Amino acid sequence: MSIMKTLTVSALALAVSAPAALAEWQPRKPVEFIIMAGTGGGADQIARLLQGLIEKKNLSPRPFIPINKPGGSGAEALRYLQDKAGDDHTVMMTLNSFYTTPIIQEDLGVDVTQFTPIGLMAMDTFLLWVNTDRDDINDLDSYVAAVKGAGLDWKVGGTGSGQEDSVLTAMMEAAFDYEVTYIPFPGGGTVAKNLIGNQIDSTVNNPSEQMEFYRAGNSKPLVQFTGERMEAFPDTPTAKELGVDIEYYMQRSVNGPPGMSEEAVVWYTNLFQELFNSQEWQDFCTSDGLTCDNFLNGADLGEFHATQVVAHKNLIEQVGAEAITGE
Amino acid sequence: METILVSLAGGLLQAFEPLNLFMIFAGCLAGLFVGCMPGLGSVNGVAILLPVTFLVPPTAAIIFLAALYYGAMYGGAISSITLGIPGASTAVATVFDGRPMAQQGKADKALMAAAIASFIGGTVSIILFTLFAPPLAAFALKFGPQEEFALMLLAFATFIGLGGDDIPKTIFSILLGLVMAAIGFDIISGQPRMIFFDMVEFQRGIGFLVLAIGIYGIGEMLWTLESTKGKVQMHSVNITWARMKENFGQIKDYINSTWVGSVLGFFVGTLPAAGATPASLMSYGLSKTFSKDPDSFGKGNVAGVAAPEAANNAASTGSMLPMITLGIPGSPTTAILLGGMIIWGLRPGPLLFTESPDFVWGLIGSMYIANVATVLLNLALIPVFIRVLAMPFTLLTPIIFMLCVLGVFATTDRMFDTWIMLILGVGGYLLRKLNYPVAPAVLAIVLGPLAERSLRQSLISSQGDVTTFITRPISLTCVILALLLISYPLIQKFIRARKANETAA
Amino acid sequence: MTTRTAEILMGFATLFLSLGLMWNVWSDGLNIGWVEGRGPGAGMWPFWLSLGMAGASAATIIRWFQGKTPESRSLEPYIARETIFLVTVSALSILLLLILMNIIGTYLSLMLFMLFYVRFLGNHTWGMTMAFVLGAPIFVYLLFEVALTKYLPKGWPIFEEGFLWLDNFRWQYF
Repeated sequence: MSIMKTLTVSALALAVSAPAALAEWQPRKPVEFIIMAGTGGGADQIARLLQGLIEKKNLSPRPFIPINKPGGSGAEALRYLQDKAGDDHTVMMTLNSFYTTPIIQEDLGVDVTQFTPIGLMAMDTFLLWVNTDRDDINDLDSYVAAVKGAGLDWKVGGTGSGQEDSVLTAMMEAAFDYEVTYIPFPGGGTVAKNLIGNQIDSTVNNPSEQMEFYRAGNSKPLVQFTGERMEAFPDTPTAKELGVDIEYYMQRSVNGPPGMSEEAVVWYTNLFQELFNSQEWQDFCTSDGLTCDNFLNGADLGEFHATQVVAHKNLIEQVGAEAITGE
Repeated sequence: METILVSLAGGLLQAFEPLNLFMIFAGCLAGLFVGCMPGLGSVNGVAILLPVTFLVPPTAAIIFLAALYYGAMYGGAISSITLGIPGASTAVATVFDGRPMAQQGKADKALMAAAIASFIGGTVSIILFTLFAPPLAAFALKFGPQEEFALMLLAFATFIGLGGDDIPKTIFSILLGLVMAAIGFDIISGQPRMIFFDMVEFQRGIGFLVLAIGIYGIGEMLWTLESTKGKVQMHSVNITWARMKENFGQIKDYINSTWVGSVLGFFVGTLPAAGATPASLMSYGLSKTFSKDPDSFGKGNVAGVAAPEAANNAASTGSMLPMITLGIPGSPTTAILLGGMIIWGLRPGPLLFTESPDFVWGLIGSMYIANVATVLLNLALIPVFIRVLAMPFTLLTPIIFMLCVLGVFATTDRMFDTWIMLILGVGGYLLRKLNYPVAPAVLAIVLGPLAERSLRQSLISSQGDVTTFITRPISLTCVILALLLISYPLIQKFIRARKANETAA
Repeated sequence: MTTRTAEILMGFATLFLSLGLMWNVWSDGLNIGWVEGRGPGAGMWPFWLSLGMAGASAATIIRWFQGKTPESRSLEPYIARETIFLVTVSALSILLLLILMNIIGTYLSLMLFMLFYVRFLGNHTWGMTMAFVLGAPIFVYLLFEVALTKYLPKGWPIFEEGFLWLDNFRWQYF
């Protein structure tokens, strides 16, 4: 009898849930996949990889269209998303300028905590790199000694004043009490090229930007700014192991405009969760040194953003906005 | 050397596989079509066809995309010549002489010169690519900000004399272009600059295509409407075999410019910062400076079509070099190709040659075939392109306006740019009526951002020491060449005057 | 307006434009000088180049008074009477096209644009007109929307809904 009952109940449940599943929200037009950075950079690569996977696995009834809005360190993208409030067909791939740009450009009028958090795809990491030609530099101590010896002749390349790596560079200047010359380049790839060509002396690139040069033996990592050593770099010590309290990550999360409808949020969250769990994504994370353990979403991600905003505000106050913008 | 030949033969064989061969033709055709639409270039084509290529193996896919890239490069010249609108940023210099030729009823000559020059440019640069990829990659790494700035100086030097005869107006035009290039977010200081009316859209800056399409699309059409009173149509051409043969015979008129453009284009293209647009502009300028008859440039000199076309095709191949050897994109299109390679599980970087030789040599092999395929397609289609010119003006004009608006929208996905385009187009037309040359402004907006950024990067890295440009060998060489180029017209004048004196005596 | 008048007006317009740009850079508080050890400041390039523009404009104005440029001596009309209509109408029609694209969407405004141009300016037959009115949006749809996956402006929500209803057939049947 109880078996019959269970069957009936589940049949009923099925009958109820089937139309519900059919009525589930789905995109009705192509989804604008905004990238708050230019073509070719880390965020762009990731967004296009995700778009490719969505297409390949046929996960969406309408295509995702990647659109780069690199203007003003992401300011253009942030304002665009803000103005799209209530739109269910726009999502954005973000990086840390998601936090820093509204802080540095106060009159932008964007509060990122108002945006709809969808999913945290990965935490990207930072390492300190030098050219392998520098035989005299093999660890953090020899690095600091070399920088102090060179003074302002020491050139650190980065992706632009006000970007994450300039924040990290300023943090290092404060921690080691030295001063370097920071040279901005358009994009992490160009920075990598200039390091290999010895145009600059060091950089704090993401692993994906240096990976191939590292494998080819052109550059070497000295320190990683993570909590624990990454799988991809088992022999590189973390800053904390060396007694330096710097831990800094780059978040790679997907967010929607403020006031996205709940059904849409559920659909996008499921979509990105599925992408996150896919073999392709996890492989990419491992090979490119990204940390992809936890898929934060919804309120958790919102909370994460809130703490990050506060942390970045403190950070920028600590090192001083001038140390970051340079002038 | 031998290993290169063996690998290349393998690559060519791979390209001749039926699927790959089909991919080459399909890619060329699609590229040609996308490329000849104003504003749409290989970036759009490559970005969007990427998902399609999941259906085929990686080598076939990259061959398809490379063919598309080639086709688009050729296609850019078509709208430059027939419509007078640069189909892509790389084809701006082609307008300077291509448009006057079409108006004189020599569109077929211009199209053929463009096709043949593109073919030579492409082929020369693939051969250079095949032979010297690794040493060139090493050379490209030697290019720091100082060298980039010196190269920009060289580019500006090649353009001395491009302006009109009214010097203050020419200067105004150049400076206007340079100032417009500075609008937007400054990456060096991290500050927004010249954000008019607090519109956040200005943070992105004014794109080069917005100005080029505004001036050459909208402005040029208004200009033509006026000069033709909207009635007369352009000269259409009847294509006959005899005429085609005669056109072939004209190769000697532009072959020198083509060689120079090919080699120059390849080298400039390999430098990660530069790319095909500066290459084509420099090639045009050089060709004009060293021509026997510089005054005929801008009025329909066939060498003025061949030089930039040879260079932009050579450069587009060249810009694959840093991508394949270093994993650094030399142009926006290669940046997206790079994304595609990652999806296929290939890792572009210094190890690609050794880890995926089949892929690399398949790509190089297909570049040879794609080049041949595109030139054949292009020559066969010239009569079709010419038909466009036979359309009545009242039909052609709305089509062109439509393509300008949508083309500009498609490059950045924002209506804001279409407004700017209209304003610049009408403004450019009004200025042009008063004998202000507009070409210098277009050039300045291309080179301006590169020049300013590399200048400031160099000075930051030298801590404000200006001598940094003449203490580095490559940079010094470029600076000296630039000075020579600037003084060349003067020297020439001097020599001529002396000769005239001697004959008089 | 004669070309002569137009040149002096344009000279002053460009002069004020240049001064406006200089003021814009200055008032934003950008550094227009040389930063010790860093080279040019953020505002140096645009500020001094704008000054150069102002100088070039001033030179044009002076040359106008001296009568040095051919334009300053020309009493021809700036834009010929018979073409001023055509040029103004063309520029205004593009303006209207851009405005309408934000309201009724790309496709409907393109149809109106074509109707206006081909029928009323070009005096072509109704057959030709209809071919353009219908052909242009179909071509644009196939090229931009289908092949290049660009989402063109659709205007106000009610027009967007109408488009999506039509667009849905593509997804359902192809």
